[in-house]
Amino acid sequence: MQKEALSKGFIYLLLILGSILMLLPFVWMISTSLKLPNEVMIMPPKWIPSDIQWSNYIEAWFSAPFAIYSVNSVIVLISSTIGELITTILAAYAFSRINFYGRELIFSVLLGTMMVPGEVLLIPNFVTLSNLGWIDHYQALIVPWLASIFSIFLLRQFFFSIPKELSFAAKIDGCSDFRFLWSVMVPLAKPALITIAILKAIGSWNAFLWPLIVTSSEEMRTLPVGLISFSTDAGTRYELLMAASSMIILPMIILFIVLQKYIIEGVARAGIKG
Amino acid sequence: MNDKPTLNKTLKAVLYLLPALVIIVTFSIYPIVKSFFMSFYTDYDYFKDLVYARGLDNYKVIFEDPEFWKSLGNTLLFVVGVVPLSIIISLVIATLLNQKIKFRGLFRTIYFLPFVTSVVAVSIVWRWIFHSQYGVLNYFLGLFGISPINWLTDPTWAMPSLVILAIWKGLGYNIIIFLAGLQNINQQYYLAAKIDGAGAWERFKNITVPLLSPTTFFISIVSIINSFKVFDEVYALFGGQPGPAGSAETIVYYIYNKFYGEWDFGVASAAAYVLFLVIFIFTLIQLYFGKKVNY
Repeated sequence: MQKEALSKGFIYLLLILGSILMLLPFVWMISTSLKLPNEVMIMPPKWIPSDIQWSNYIEAWFSAPFAIYSVNSVIVLISSTIGELITTILAAYAFSRINFYGRELIFSVLLGTMMVPGEVLLIPNFVTLSNLGWIDHYQALIVPWLASIFSIFLLRQFFFSIPKELSFAAKIDGCSDFRFLWSVMVPLAKPALITIAILKAIGSWNAFLWPLIVTSSEEMRTLPVGLISFSTDAGTRYELLMAASSMIILPMIILFIVLQKYIIEGVARAGIKG
Repeated sequence: MNDKPTLNKTLKAVLYLLPALVIIVTFSIYPIVKSFFMSFYTDYDYFKDLVYARGLDNYKVIFEDPEFWKSLGNTLLFVVGVVPLSIIISLVIATLLNQKIKFRGLFRTIYFLPFVTSVVAVSIVWRWIFHSQYGVLNYFLGLFGISPINWLTDPTWAMPSLVILAIWKGLGYNIIIFLAGLQNINQQYYLAAKIDGAGAWERFKNITVPLLSPTTFFISIVSIINSFKVFDEVYALFGGQPGPAGSAETIVYYIYNKFYGEWDFGVASAAAYVLFLVIFIFTLIQLYFGKKVNY
């Protein structure tokens, strides 16, 4: 019994040590973001600021157009998430409930394109968007992301698990396909839809390479792109840089903690990379 | 109710599929084909969509470009640095989390946190951690008598910095997948082994590792593919540069630079297709062995 307790203690010790290593960067970020400038560059480092400087957040916020960046990020996040949900629900319904010519073929082609790395699509998409005159507009940040093969795949699997008898019953009661989808299937698929929405929201909020390439003016930048340009301007003002980084990192951490059940289940079920 | 495809059903399906297919065809399927053709465009005006000359020159350019080989080498180094270490660490942590312990949910949340954060923002935080003079990492190393390392400015240490950041960022994802795999292993194997007097290490080595191998295989392929595509970390950690003296230039950075820095779309497309080919090979390996290795 004593040996058992000893090994339990060892497990906790390892897990706690690991957790400290995982959390340390965040602690260091928040600690630095609250320091006076003269406390930032000192050795040995001070973990708890002697005087908490909330004003660093205000200063960082106004040192670059973070208000614009945030509005852009929120607009892109909300519109691409809602848009993707709608296209996904419609397509997943067709793939799971309507037996049409070429269904398996189209679905396999879609799955096949999932293997292609996004980097291959970058250049032709840039050309397409230039020809449409969308570069440096919201359309370029939103429209290409309004559908996701992966989400269609995930929701199709979920729709398969909903008993077919439900739709027969609804049809007998005179319910149209379209109404059945929105008033029966969609509410039943809520957990899967939440998973899809959160993963999309996280991906959209954190996206970097795409917004970097399709935006050129300051007014169109999203938060990660704006943060990069701020990082050159801020120079060695690490307290401001850490405050700005916190403003991008913390919203997603909060979202994750509140809705983690859906994220972890989604990742475990499908093994996706967000 | 008969369930055969009919013209009527097909028409209805088209309406349901239209919104998604318009986007996917325009922004995923067409570009795959277009990109392939663009990789052969040697003289090209993208504004007017005019092609003056085609040929294999773009591929010749990249295969003769020492920078391309260097970026490929760096990427391989990154893959070799990240994948095995990340798998070992996450397997150990997942196994520990799979024991009967308290606060399992809390631990899982903590390990997963970095995964949901912006790569750019955490890279900037790590830039500060790696700071040669005032960074916490050098401070901790100093406690063990190790003299300060120029993590981000010394070409020898740029790649290790990138590897550390990537392992930290991706650990949580691997742990979640491993945990899901571990929970599929029948507990009776462990019980039987315990009765037979097998110790914890023997149980891990003879039950967990072999029964978990499909999961391990899946994680390694996904990690390899994703590591081949590393870009955001490089860009943010080294302030838009590919590391000191190009020591952290990866393939995607090379593509980005050819495309967005030098506006050479043909060469960039060719390099992107080489990356696609590499990833395609790994995907085929996964599909091939994924069917074979199944318990």
